[in-house]
Amino acid sequence: MTLFLLRRLLQAAQVLFVMSLLVFVGVYAIGNPLDMLVDPQATAADTARVAAALGLDQPLWVQYWRFLANALQGDLGISFLHGTPALHLIVQRLPATLELAVSALLIAVLLGIPLGLWAGLRPDSFGGRTVMAGSILGFSLPTFWVGLMLIMLFSVHLGWLPSGGRGPTREFLGLEWSLLAPGGWRHLLLPAVNLALFKLALVIRLTQSGTREALLQDYMRFARAKGLPARRIVGVHVLKNIMIPVVTVVGLEFGTLIAFSVVTESIFAWPGIGKLLLDSITQLDRPVVVAYLLLIVFIYTLISLAVDLIYAALDPRVRLAGGQAA
Amino acid sequence: MKPIAPPAPTSPAAPTTTGGAEPLLRVEHLSTRFRTRGGEVAAVDDLSFELATGEVLGLVGESGCGKSMTGYSLIDLVDPPGYIAAGSVRLRGHELRGLPAKDWQALRGDRIAMIFQDPMLTLNPVLRIDTQMVETVLAHRRVGRAEALARALDTLERVGIPAAAERLRSYPHQLSGGMRQRVAIAIALLNQPDLIIADEPTTALDVTIQAQILYEMQTLCREAGTGLIWITHDLSVVAGLADRLCVMYAGRIVEQGSTAQVLERPAHPYTRGLLDATPAAALARGHRRGEALRQIPGSAPPLAALPAGCAFRPRCARADEHCMQTPPRVEAAPGQTVLCWHPLPPGAALPGPAAHAEARP
Amino acid sequence: MTSPALPTEASGGWRALARAYAGSALALGGLALLLLIVAAALAAPWIAPQNPYDLATLDIMDSRLPPGSPSADGTLTYLLGTDGQGRDMLSAILHGLRISVAVGFSATLLALALGMSLGLVAGYAGGRVDAFVMRAVDIQMSFPAILTAMILLALFGQGTDKIVIALVASQWAYYARTTRGAALVEGRREYIEAARLLGLSTPRILFRHLLPNCLPPLIVVAALQVAAAIALEATLSFLGLGLPVTEPSLGLLIANGFQYLYSGRYWMSVFPGVALLLTIVALNLVADRLREILNPRLQPQ
Repeated sequence: MTLFLLRRLLQAAQVLFVMSLLVFVGVYAIGNPLDMLVDPQATAADTARVAAALGLDQPLWVQYWRFLANALQGDLGISFLHGTPALHLIVQRLPATLELAVSALLIAVLLGIPLGLWAGLRPDSFGGRTVMAGSILGFSLPTFWVGLMLIMLFSVHLGWLPSGGRGPTREFLGLEWSLLAPGGWRHLLLPAVNLALFKLALVIRLTQSGTREALLQDYMRFARAKGLPARRIVGVHVLKNIMIPVVTVVGLEFGTLIAFSVVTESIFAWPGIGKLLLDSITQLDRPVVVAYLLLIVFIYTLISLAVDLIYAALDPRVRLAGGQAA
Repeated sequence: MKPIAPPAPTSPAAPTTTGGAEPLLRVEHLSTRFRTRGGEVAAVDDLSFELATGEVLGLVGESGCGKSMTGYSLIDLVDPPGYIAAGSVRLRGHELRGLPAKDWQALRGDRIAMIFQDPMLTLNPVLRIDTQMVETVLAHRRVGRAEALARALDTLERVGIPAAAERLRSYPHQLSGGMRQRVAIAIALLNQPDLIIADEPTTALDVTIQAQILYEMQTLCREAGTGLIWITHDLSVVAGLADRLCVMYAGRIVEQGSTAQVLERPAHPYTRGLLDATPAAALARGHRRGEALRQIPGSAPPLAALPAGCAFRPRCARADEHCMQTPPRVEAAPGQTVLCWHPLPPGAALPGPAAHAEARP
Repeated sequence: MTSPALPTEASGGWRALARAYAGSALALGGLALLLLIVAAALAAPWIAPQNPYDLATLDIMDSRLPPGSPSADGTLTYLLGTDGQGRDMLSAILHGLRISVAVGFSATLLALALGMSLGLVAGYAGGRVDAFVMRAVDIQMSFPAILTAMILLALFGQGTDKIVIALVASQWAYYARTTRGAALVEGRREYIEAARLLGLSTPRILFRHLLPNCLPPLIVVAALQVAAAIALEATLSFLGLGLPVTEPSLGLLIANGFQYLYSGRYWMSVFPGVALLLTIVALNLVADRLREILNPRLQPQ
């Protein structure tokens, strides 16, 4: 177990290193941020001064070496635009995105598993077919379009929920939370539903096919022959088996959820890292873009490690000692 | 042997001494049918038999003859498009057919238990053995977890599992096939059922383990007075185990009687064919090495396309125009009935020359 | 030159395929809708009531008119309303559809060509080449497509060519993986061995013999990916990262109408959205049916 963890952490470090190289070259080697930062009427001397101050006059490998050394100390550079550490900017806004992404994940799982179970237990019923048809729709509708429709219906037409912004928050453990503030959930609901929709469709399909698969197994007939109540058969025997694929996929998709929050955050003016990334891209604020990408890779690696551990906890047939359980 | 807690006081088929000689199980005219695109198919057709307390009944037939479906019908686990179309199943005099689902659930795993063929597939792979045993107790008894666990441990020991306390905390994949089948048997025995239906539980196991489990099951059922229905395609398995035999062909019982009667004086040509096909019969005939075993010609007809009259007719050397009509059930000997127009005479004892034409090429 | 007999779809095979496809009314409807959309996109300059980008034809008096309003000079009825600059929405949608469909299909074709070649080479060559290509595929696929595309657009800036590159970069891996899988299976068949023994050149074996037999799964993936490419392009354009304002695709039209949504002027965003939706749904219906009839495991009897 310890060996497994060590190996995985080493793998994660390798991936981070390679990604840092790729991201650095990709982001720093192309385009010239000086064009953006310096007044077009500035003299060549002024431009050179700014370049020197930001370290942009050095050869690329020197820039990378400095970047890597700093990164290891938690310094991912200073935002060109805000003049504050890029990592600080991101960490400041991370809780808003995490709250949004976790809420979306909860909606997808808490709604998707029961719906998928229901559709799996009654695949030929009207309800079951409707759920599955709805999940196909959830797959094909673009997120941003659904977001607009949600705003049009619930904010503009019905006037039930606010159309954007984070609204009131309350501090807890040093972070701001919408859910803890009175009325905060009203601001969170629409963006969370918007972000959840695609994953909801995914969870429904996974659960439905997993349920149908499980019902055909001999151990289900044996569970019935034991006289177990239906509640226990579905709630324990079926659920525990389908939790394995659902947890794996949902866990791995959590990273995509954060990536896709770019779209949702920009529609609902949600002040998270997705909106920050979008602003930084359009304004060529490279340190922030790099910091964002490295953070995403880091989160991805953490998630896949966590998924492996949960997977091993759920499926007794998996052993972690080999370290090859990737 | 430690005593086991008494059975539940209120279950729909709780033993009630009616005074008369009511058998443990009485099945009358049971029919199970399947709705298919090509029309209805009878998987179990007009089945009648009885089982006394502590008795072992062997249900023998080729695969596809409806013997497994008979087992499912007795415990109400027939899945759509199948359904029980007619007949009566009485446990200690209580009619089970038409019971609401709730009562069936209370009955299954408590008064009637079932064991399946492949021990690799019958235990849930993601749940520990103790979970799968304790839940079976708790589903039927108002006892605490600790008591249920103690009973699970006790039952595991009774079915001959070494280091049972350790095994309880194992997952199924950590046990061998024989061990898993013993666990499944222990689960069936947990609530001291009146009746156990065993659907070829030893077919997937090694021959030595098969023999052990057969012997242990027999002993356990005799001791507890549990009725046992042993479903198998292998006559030699039930020969030393069963008190009575039912031979099934194409959804019907074609012959039933005491084990001695059926094995020594078979009255149905099909039973005779089955017996002739066993290695023991071949040896008794003076079988030479390299010679093929005697087989029944042809193969079992699909249930959807049964020949009219006697379903065995196309494979039977004794068949004639009478056999185009549904054969009558006749008594070949006291307690031995046969479904045939031309039963074999009682004198045709084994071993001897086959009464019907040579089947070998 | 005598080629070994190939188990390729002969001309009769296509007819059988068409007959199998026609087995589903829903899929036929999807195909009809798709053909209609593509035809409308191609014919946009001729069937649109107005040239939406000729500023001379726009009348600011006609701006923000609801659907069905007549134009100020009475020559035209705005069936789907007008936008903030008095542009006919129907014309804008037809032109936007043209851009979206063109970008989606060209990106898919390029990604298909690139991914297919890499996958074919990886599957045929094996060994280190295979390991390298598949490693790249794994890294690419572990990253959400939208993130890859966003970063590339951030680097290159806006433009039709840029967004096509970004879409290709985020989608080639699907084709590479699919082709490699099929090539691995087909490569072991006897007819490839026979072609090798005949001394055919490697490119000839790859493209004339191996490729046609890897096509069925690729067609299915491509059909699904066209829908994904169109949706992704719309998303990126909506975020302001995709196409420049001079070439407004459906995504940009929706973004432009977004601000008017709050004042209840729904038509500027909703109608382009419906056009986008119909395109994606039609493509998905067609892809779904293709998967059913081309998947050997789901072969219709």
